Amino acid sequence: MATPKTRISTEEVDHVARLARLDLSAADKERMRSELDKILGYIDKLRGLDTRDVLPTSHAVPVTNVMRDDVERPSLPAEDMLANAPDRHREMFRVPRIIEE
Amino acid sequence: MAALASLTAHELGARYRSGAATPTQAVTEYLARIEALDPGVRAFLTVTREDALRRAAEADARFEAGAPLGPLDGVPIALKDVLCTRGIRTTCGSKILERFVPPYDATVVARIFAAGAVLLGKLNMDEFAMGSSTEHSAFFTTHNPWDLARVPGGSSGGAAAAVAAGMAALALGTDTGGSIRQPAAFSGVLGMKPTYGRVSRYGVIAFASSLDQVGPFARDAEDAALMLGVIAGADPMDATAIDVPVPDYRAALGRGIEGLRLGVPAEYFMDGMDPEVERAVRVAIATLEKLGARTEPVSLPHTEYGLAAYYVIAPAEASSNLARYDGVKYGLRAPGARDLIDMYSKTRAAGFGAEVKRRVMLGTYVLSAGYYDAYYGQAQKVRTLVRRDFEQAFARVDLIVAPTTPGVAFKMGEREDPLQMYLNDIFTIPVNLAGLPGVSIPGGFTQAGLPIGLQLIAPAFDEATLLRAAHAYQTVTDWHTRRPPLAPAAVERTPR
Repeated sequence: MATPKTRISTEEVDHVARLARLDLSAADKERMRSELDKILGYIDKLRGLDTRDVLPTSHAVPVTNVMRDDVERPSLPAEDMLANAPDRHREMFRVPRIIEE
Repeated sequence: MAALASLTAHELGARYRSGAATPTQAVTEYLARIEALDPGVRAFLTVTREDALRRAAEADARFEAGAPLGPLDGVPIALKDVLCTRGIRTTCGSKILERFVPPYDATVVARIFAAGAVLLGKLNMDEFAMGSSTEHSAFFTTHNPWDLARVPGGSSGGAAAAVAAGMAALALGTDTGGSIRQPAAFSGVLGMKPTYGRVSRYGVIAFASSLDQVGPFARDAEDAALMLGVIAGADPMDATAIDVPVPDYRAALGRGIEGLRLGVPAEYFMDGMDPEVERAVRVAIATLEKLGARTEPVSLPHTEYGLAAYYVIAPAEASSNLARYDGVKYGLRAPGARDLIDMYSKTRAAGFGAEVKRRVMLGTYVLSAGYYDAYYGQAQKVRTLVRRDFEQAFARVDLIVAPTTPGVAFKMGEREDPLQMYLNDIFTIPVNLAGLPGVSIPGGFTQAGLPIGLQLIAPAFDEATLLRAAHAYQTVTDWHTRRPPLAPAAVERTPR
């Protein structure tokens, strides 16, 4: 398992952290890089299996569409849904500005 | 252990029905035990004392009127803090949900309340159920009741420890890669993962949606049968909760295991495993043979690849499920953000612990452009191979019998390396990948007095046979009746 080649670079860690919306410090990123590198090294054993004729499994138990009648039902009260909001304004969730003026 | 808290749920129910005890007496005793013992064990994140006493009084009235709701009426239970409870804080072991109060009950919670069960509180866990020791809880680590210097297993470590320590008669946890069975093995109690689709996941905070399943922790097979009977079955709120008839699990227990075919997988007795675990499991297999079961070797050749496939699939699903924690509608929001994206990134960095970040990063990486086929696509194909291994084995045998874990409970702080921690779950993960039901029951103790878990695995939706075999084993062994030697902790109760 001790291959000298690095599986994941610092630039890739930067890119993935951006995709995952995680604001990591430089030290966090370096630790993350070395840990992911090791885990990916273990995961690489999957490549040793011949799976050319194997279909993927996304669900272990066969699942089919479950249909129900489209009947109106009461939903949870808006006040309940807003009760956990970190920042609310009347019946809305307030967020930092998205659109530049 | 005091009188009522030492009983199983079915024994407690018999006392209630005969008038020898009341739910309020039992709940009061349990609350006193939690007060005395939990400062040392630290299984509970939240104790719901007032709610428990109110529900107990309601149950008292039903027994007085001669109209109890069923076998769980008045039984004191506790829940892993991954299950949403209306009006009761649900943290999932994470800072990001530290103050989250759900506006609704999970289906399993609604079902146990409808059955009359009394909630004692919410139990500690590894953050977002990612871990094998509770050391990844954002709040504190739970201690193993058999040796307080050791971990209780995880991620449902609080649930296993609470049942082992007599601080709840029954508990519910979740199992994504072994998170019920592994802590059950480490803590000397029964822990069962039902078939994927047997139990609704509505209101269960999601980790890996194609693997997560809710199941019971219990002191014996009969209690597990009662609990499973209450929580199992289709649910209009979860399309993956499959509409398969739920048998009377308790009625099936007494039939014995004469002629049952048990498969023993060579791959589950590997080099480097604890010799005391191997010896205990071999003895347990001989005990099952004496009860009339026939054993034969089976092969699950892709076992060693299961762990690698899991560490692609579970993080991939988690990275998607955990995208919802963005500081907008609920949970933590970090201050001082420049804009919306910055707010998301700062919130998630502040709210998630190291293990959750690691898995979100790993999952995002394996799903990212250029790596999807090599990692995620290949892992899904390997999942098919793991599933086929079990299908081929179950063409010849009724159940598979194996160790739950390669070793026993380890010391706190002993497994610093993430990969070493993951290797704990090598015998439990394939069962999740294949969607099968599995149970861990106490199968012996080491010389040092630590519990050893015996794992039984069944074909999909055959929990009844699992419980029947567990029950047969428990009629001729007494491992499950042993209790850890616990004294009230001589420490100050720390504020929660």
